[in-house]
Amino acid sequence: MELILDHVSHSYGDVTVLDDISLSVGSREIVCIVGPSGCGKSTLLRILGGLEKPDGGAALIAGDPPSDSLNPLTYVFQDFALLPWRTVEGNVSLVLEDHGIDRARKREIIADVLARTKLTEFAHAWPRQLSGGMKQRVAIARALSVNPAAMLMDEPLSALDSQTRDLLMDDLVDLWGQVGFSACYITHNLAEAVRLGHRIVMLSRRPGRIREIVEIDIPLAERANHPEETAAIQRRLWEAMRDEARAADRELSNVA
Amino acid sequence: MSLDATQETASRTPADAKGADRAPARERLRPVPFRGGGFVHTRHRLIAPLLFVLLLILWEIGSQTGFISNIALPAPSEAAAALGDLFETGMIWKHLSASLYRLVIGWSLGSLLGIAVGLAIALFSLVRAGVAPFVSALFPIPKIALLPLFIIWFGIGEGSKVATILFGAFFPTVIATYGGVDNVDRNLIRMGQSFGLSWLSIVRKIIIPGALPAILSGFRISASIAIILLVAAEMIGAEYGIGAYILMAGALFATDQLIAGVALLSVLGLTVAWLIGRAERLLLRWRG
Repeated sequence: MELILDHVSHSYGDVTVLDDISLSVGSREIVCIVGPSGCGKSTLLRILGGLEKPDGGAALIAGDPPSDSLNPLTYVFQDFALLPWRTVEGNVSLVLEDHGIDRARKREIIADVLARTKLTEFAHAWPRQLSGGMKQRVAIARALSVNPAAMLMDEPLSALDSQTRDLLMDDLVDLWGQVGFSACYITHNLAEAVRLGHRIVMLSRRPGRIREIVEIDIPLAERANHPEETAAIQRRLWEAMRDEARAADRELSNVA
Repeated sequence: MSLDATQETASRTPADAKGADRAPARERLRPVPFRGGGFVHTRHRLIAPLLFVLLLILWEIGSQTGFISNIALPAPSEAAAALGDLFETGMIWKHLSASLYRLVIGWSLGSLLGIAVGLAIALFSLVRAGVAPFVSALFPIPKIALLPLFIIWFGIGEGSKVATILFGAFFPTVIATYGGVDNVDRNLIRMGQSFGLSWLSIVRKIIIPGALPAILSGFRISASIAIILLVAAEMIGAEYGIGAYILMAGALFATDQLIAGVALLSVLGLTVAWLIGRAERLLLRWRG
């Protein structure tokens, strides 16, 4: 299955946030979208997953999602979006309950995704007891449980400290090795993009346009062993983005 | 990231740090003054009961010595005796059961209706536009002022009393409920939508649990209002009930009975608060 944005434009009132964006996310591919703050990254992701309608263009799905996919387009949010009144297990269970899965199968799925995200021993913990990193693991487990055709990740690691972020990036790389999910990964952190992206799409400052697309050939699992190459790409991206980031920083915000 | 870390440690050499430490060591040493005290709540479980008992003792002494006139205020021992009479004659159960019946039915129906209407206001903008102004207009009316109307509509018997309590509990519950729903984290609702949860699932599993803390604090208010209205309603045409008992005592200037009745109300209020506290602890365990 392929997820396509076809000449998408969007504005809030007078402010154009996205201008003629076309891109695609293939299966088993992680596309990272980077750009200065306020360039419409999150709007783009909401359009991609059908939470928002674009003013122009369209978000399209090519091919059928796998038949066992309960929720083909699945989000992972920056703020985790866990229900505080449900345990870790209950939060994963929430997204399975509407699909008429029998109890044994449900328990099997929950055990499987919790094991994959190293959460088995925390199944009965409340979200408030977990660190930020663990909370995001729960959110990732929840996303995996519905067997998504594409994960839409909105700055999933931005609320975490840098050590936790490193750990989770390793986990995501492992997970991709096991499950081979495809993902559209929004971030403002170039190190994350370089570590996780097969393709990096750089957006310009508002109105967001595609400035550059960088493909990285090094397999995800081996990137840790190629620090020079990845650092060089990261530096080049930063050179290209720095002035825009500075200008964006000094902009008054008109978009809520 | 690891690059940054090494740079940071390299720039601050150990020699610098030590030199900076040593310079002030020659002068007189004194501790940094502590300024962080106070503004912290510590639990004192015994203070309230002790204070209460002390007050009772002082009051009793005052009455016994004649410092407090018996006409102005009966001694606590007299009020206790009146209470004892109530138990002995068994009248307490008649009064209590009559009051509890009205309170439980009126408050429960009022709360259930209040939650239903509050949810409808919060979830459907048409209902909000139509009903919310009425709620705002009717909430501040003292329900006791409507009691004569209720008597005409629902009869002089239990109906009018239950209705008074029902309306008294209804409005604060409506407002607490829709305020609670409005405050549910939008991101959680959006998460539910993004996973394809049905509308009913989102309401049942995300919106109602999210509004529950606000609804339960609304219960605290509506229960107190219900007790106030209970007494007021029982003062008109009730044979039994704590309110009727107090009214009768007042008419006879039997101040000892009056104080006994007021003490019963206080106990009733405390019991209700305790029950709601238990419900909160049970239903909001996740808050820790």
